[in-house]
Amino acid sequence: MNNRLFVKGNEAVAMGAIEAGCRYYFGYPITPQNDIPEYMSREMPKVGGFFLQAESEVAAINMVLGAGAAGGRVMTSSSGPGISLKAEGMSFMAGSEVPAVIVNMQRPGPGLGGIDASQADYFQAVKGAGHGGYRLIVLAPWSVQELYDLGMLAFDLADRYRTPVMILGDAMLGQMKEALIPHSYHRPADLPEKDWVVCGKGRRNHANVVKSLMLKDGELEAHNWHLHAKYDLIKQRETRCATDNLDGAELLVTAFGCAARIARTAIDMARGEGMKVGMIRPVTVFPFPSEVYLQATARTPKVLCIELNNGQMVEDVRLSVDRQADVRFYGRPGGTGSLPTPEELLEQIRKHYKD
Amino acid sequence: MAVSVQPVFERPKVLKTTATHYCAGCHHGIVHRLVAEAIDHFGVQDRTIGIGSVGCSVLLYEYFDIDVVEAPHGRAPAVGTGVKRVHPDSVVFTYQGDGDLAAIGTAEIIHAANRGELMTVIFLNNTTYGMTGGQMAPTTLPGQVTTTSPYGRDVKVEGYPIRMAELIAMLGGTGFSARVAVDTPQRVLEAGKTIRKAFGMQIEKQGFAFVEVLGACPTNWGMSALEANARVSGEMMGYFPLGVYKDITVSA
Repeated sequence: MNNRLFVKGNEAVAMGAIEAGCRYYFGYPITPQNDIPEYMSREMPKVGGFFLQAESEVAAINMVLGAGAAGGRVMTSSSGPGISLKAEGMSFMAGSEVPAVIVNMQRPGPGLGGIDASQADYFQAVKGAGHGGYRLIVLAPWSVQELYDLGMLAFDLADRYRTPVMILGDAMLGQMKEALIPHSYHRPADLPEKDWVVCGKGRRNHANVVKSLMLKDGELEAHNWHLHAKYDLIKQRETRCATDNLDGAELLVTAFGCAARIARTAIDMARGEGMKVGMIRPVTVFPFPSEVYLQATARTPKVLCIELNNGQMVEDVRLSVDRQADVRFYGRPGGTGSLPTPEELLEQIRKHYKD
Repeated sequence: MAVSVQPVFERPKVLKTTATHYCAGCHHGIVHRLVAEAIDHFGVQDRTIGIGSVGCSVLLYEYFDIDVVEAPHGRAPAVGTGVKRVHPDSVVFTYQGDGDLAAIGTAEIIHAANRGELMTVIFLNNTTYGMTGGQMAPTTLPGQVTTTSPYGRDVKVEGYPIRMAELIAMLGGTGFSARVAVDTPQRVLEAGKTIRKAFGMQIEKQGFAFVEVLGACPTNWGMSALEANARVSGEMMGYFPLGVYKDITVSA
């Protein structure tokens, strides 16, 4: 299974999901992620899985809720406007602790916006799109290979913590083709048994109920503290971050996803000019790698955060460094022609490196 | 002399002993019992999964001793679709009210029926939003006063009450669609048979099965239980005729 393949990002995340045992997919067409439902409709029947094109994103996410509650490894995918519609279902799944994987191949907004690459849904993803105060685990791949790898990991995280997991990609990552080395999925031996799912009582002496309504005195508060403790555990155990050349850096550049790819090229150009530039790339944006920023800025108190939006992750960077660093921002808010070039970012690095 | 006592009326096995929260004269309790009797009849308690909805019946899992998923408002047929696809041999039913099924969940019910999802839908139509305190529903009758139609439902503004059993019957995936009521002992027996039929359709994989039950809501109608019952028998049946609107097991 180690052939190098040349595949699209949208297909890679679907391939990783099927390899990880995802057997149920429910979705609705929206650009720029249509390759995912198309791939799933073609490939699911071949592995004994099930694909259904729902009547709406609302219906799709609730089918995901049902399939997840019934114990299936299940996934949906969408983009901006469709993710907004799924917010209700994601809140219910977080509240009733139903594992599932949701892919958002971001496009710029607000409203219909456009269909190009964007990172404008960062807040929506990491602060909880829906009501009631919950968290998703949010994975932020930056390559086709990572879409595949994190696409697999997402199912294990969802099952381990009984929580919905989002893969936060974008139009560029989803639509581009690059090399992928597929590999076999190995199920972690310590994943918890799904003894809580609905499957018919069978011989159990109690019924399983998957719900989020908690009306008894103190019940909801206790449940919310339970969710809070779970999110704390996720922060301790599941924070993932890639760093490069932090030692001796005069400037830290930070970005995630496709912005990090462009920044990567610009950083290499800056180093070619003799600038000492370090890089921090969060791989999980919830949990956010705050400790990495805190430690790095103790030595290098200047950060340039680059995003394909008006400044969203930069708020988490500032919270992480707690005023011990000068945090600056450069972003482009999206639409056709709004993708920055490496030269454009190099210009920003030069400017912020100097002053 | 030993006396042999034969029970003639028992609590269905599927129903717990928990007292329901329903108001006096509400028909949910009767309909719960009929659903429970159908599950007992087929002996499928161990593989039945209920999908709760948002409305007065949201606490379904307090009364039925079966696995239950609680769906967001209107989404029970979508949640049921997901459950059924993972466990194709399970018996899945949704239990929904008129606001849930015929307003916010219109898309989900129409498409689940049209796909022929093998599930049974129990739809309690009491012409009002019960749990939120008596607002206008998609089935509120013309002229009916509710808390959000204080001058009576004006069909020129708010449109007409939707006849769901007829609408669902038009869809290709529907195997069975009927409307019943539980306002008299005889009709309770008829409704029980119809609900049993709708579970049987699913178990025999005959298509989507839909039963609309006309129900009373004395509290929100501002009526006594008897007055509310009489409204079901009269005004409601006038607009929502009882009958079987589709049954693919009966040839024309």
